[in-house]
Amino acid sequence: MATTELDRPKTASPPEARDPEREATRRRWLLNLPAIVWLSLFASGPLLVVILYSFLEAGSYGGVEWAFSTEGWFNVLLTRDIFDDTLQIQDAHLTIFWRSVRLSLLTTLLCLALGFPTAYFIATRAPQNRNLWLFLITIPFWTNLLIRTFAILEWIRAQGVVNSGLMGLGIVEEPIQMLYTDFALTLGMTYVYLPLMVLPLYASIEKLDFRLVEAAYDLYATRLQVLRRIILPLVSPGLVAGSILVFIPSLGAYVTPRVLGGGKNMMLGNLIELQFGQGRNWPLGAALSLTLLALVMVALLVYVRAIQKGASDG
Amino acid sequence: MQKHASEHPVSRPQDAATAQGERGIEIRSVTKVFGTGQAAFRALDAVSLEIRGNEFFTLLGPSGCGKTTLLRLIAGFEQPTGGEILLGGEAIGHLPPNQRPVNTVFQSYALFPHMTVAQNIGFGLEMLKRPKAEVQETVREMLALVRMEHLAKRRTDQISGGQQQRVALARALAPHPKVLLLDEPLSALDYKLRKEMQSELKRLQHETGITFVFVTHDQEEALTMSDRLAVMSEGRILQVGSPREIYHHPRERFVADFIGDTNFLTADVLSAQGPSARLRLTCGGEVAASVPSGVTAQGRVTAAIRPEHVRLTAPGDGDLDATLETLTFFGTDTLYHCRLADGIALTARVQNAEPDGQPTAPGTPIGLRLAPGAVQVLTD
Repeated sequence: MATTELDRPKTASPPEARDPEREATRRRWLLNLPAIVWLSLFASGPLLVVILYSFLEAGSYGGVEWAFSTEGWFNVLLTRDIFDDTLQIQDAHLTIFWRSVRLSLLTTLLCLALGFPTAYFIATRAPQNRNLWLFLITIPFWTNLLIRTFAILEWIRAQGVVNSGLMGLGIVEEPIQMLYTDFALTLGMTYVYLPLMVLPLYASIEKLDFRLVEAAYDLYATRLQVLRRIILPLVSPGLVAGSILVFIPSLGAYVTPRVLGGGKNMMLGNLIELQFGQGRNWPLGAALSLTLLALVMVALLVYVRAIQKGASDG
Repeated sequence: MQKHASEHPVSRPQDAATAQGERGIEIRSVTKVFGTGQAAFRALDAVSLEIRGNEFFTLLGPSGCGKTTLLRLIAGFEQPTGGEILLGGEAIGHLPPNQRPVNTVFQSYALFPHMTVAQNIGFGLEMLKRPKAEVQETVREMLALVRMEHLAKRRTDQISGGQQQRVALARALAPHPKVLLLDEPLSALDYKLRKEMQSELKRLQHETGITFVFVTHDQEEALTMSDRLAVMSEGRILQVGSPREIYHHPRERFVADFIGDTNFLTADVLSAQGPSARLRLTCGGEVAASVPSGVTAQGRVTAAIRPEHVRLTAPGDGDLDATLETLTFFGTDTLYHCRLADGIALTARVQNAEPDGQPTAPGTPIGLRLAPGAVQVLTD
């Protein structure tokens, strides 16, 4: 026993000192391998294809011609007059960009306004009841997105529940036009993405030390001041995360604007689909996809900077 | 908010001397019940109490006795189920915490983690919408008062526990409240820091002239710091008085037991007149005893005597005879654990005045002499 223990360090020590580290590195790689394979096959690969396609010529019946062209990128914002080749701003695209950004921001604000009180309510319940409330929040996910969107459609269409009710009660004479408006898009997206706001907000508020709220209230702060000066700064990571989680999918929303916006109230997602479908302009579709990606990355950069600022502030 | 500020011009330190004897807090038969029906818990049961202006008052009791509930009622975090709370003669029971000229030092300090030390201290004044210059001036004043000037710009997680404690104090004192409530503020500190903060608190109370209501379960802390204290148990106040009164003349067994070490004896009352009585102890021997005011001593009673009021003498020479069983050496004194004739244990604490004195050997019979006036009749 004693001799083996004395012997071992002499013979086995040098390789042992390096081995665990090498072993750990190898294990890390092995563990990451599925993710690496998955991401290269289904994320990086397709992205490279999209980048490639955005620099090719459009085929007459869809697809691409293997010739270099910047026409796809060119068409994102500009259009060439068919008669005299003068350049014009692509108004339709600008309108769609603007609508996407505007409605996504509006959706994010609405989700914040609805999600914050909800998350606060859940976080302030007795601990054993919180899971039940969180469970209720996730119930909409049990059904398919398309079905939920059609349910909204059923509520707000001209002969839908709301309009029939209002007319039945004699409050309005004619159905209110809600479907195929920005209102319908915002309503639909707010409904779909609200849980994505509630969950991160809940996680932040749940960690909040409510004695700080009492302390501020004791130090003459009004309820509004407590919210603004104590609660909001301390739950800001949840606010930012929730906003990002709502804003990004809203920006690329496809199903909701398709069903509730009709053909005329397109958002970026629908515009991209149009180029790959009826538009038969794959390079433009690819370029639009990358534009959307760029918008998302800008949003993420803002997010990271806000987090870093929050961390250094407090 | 501003209305409140002008209605209650809070006393500033320099007014302290003139404010002596002003009305403090009156608690009038306040009851607090948590929950309803079967789960109802009576945290406070018709508690009445008067805390004078500018005194250092302590609420002392074991955990769950209702002392923190009483503090939270004064702060406004809880509403009383019944009864009235008055501050300076005005009912404040219905006001929310942000409209009471009362500030709290929390057990956990509850410093705002996203603000600097100085921002924490200035928060109350800022909320009172005081001019910026005044806020800065007071923050400087408070930083000096708690000796934290050099750490004004630090974040609260970059300072030690003792320093956090000082910031919590400064933050609560900055708006010059009429009353400062302290909820076991020293319990998180180690022994040495706690001792330091005890004298610091006394100094601050003296310098600011603000009424301090201090909650603790540490009887030593209560005795050394308070002008007066209230002993609480199970939602009731058992006794209110100066530390000296409470220590030497406890009224109830719980008070005598909770504060300091005590020997309990059973005795029969031979005669009683006003505050004094003669007792025959069940172990034999007659002693004089003091009786709490308003109590007529008769029949079989429990009496208490502190170990330091018992002295050892030769057998037959003292008030009682006993056998020495064991002794414990404590450095400054020695505890002699004795047994009386009726089998009741009694401890004597004797100061080790002579370094080379030979202690009495265990097992020997001894006499015990009780200091005059030291035996106290208790109401059970």
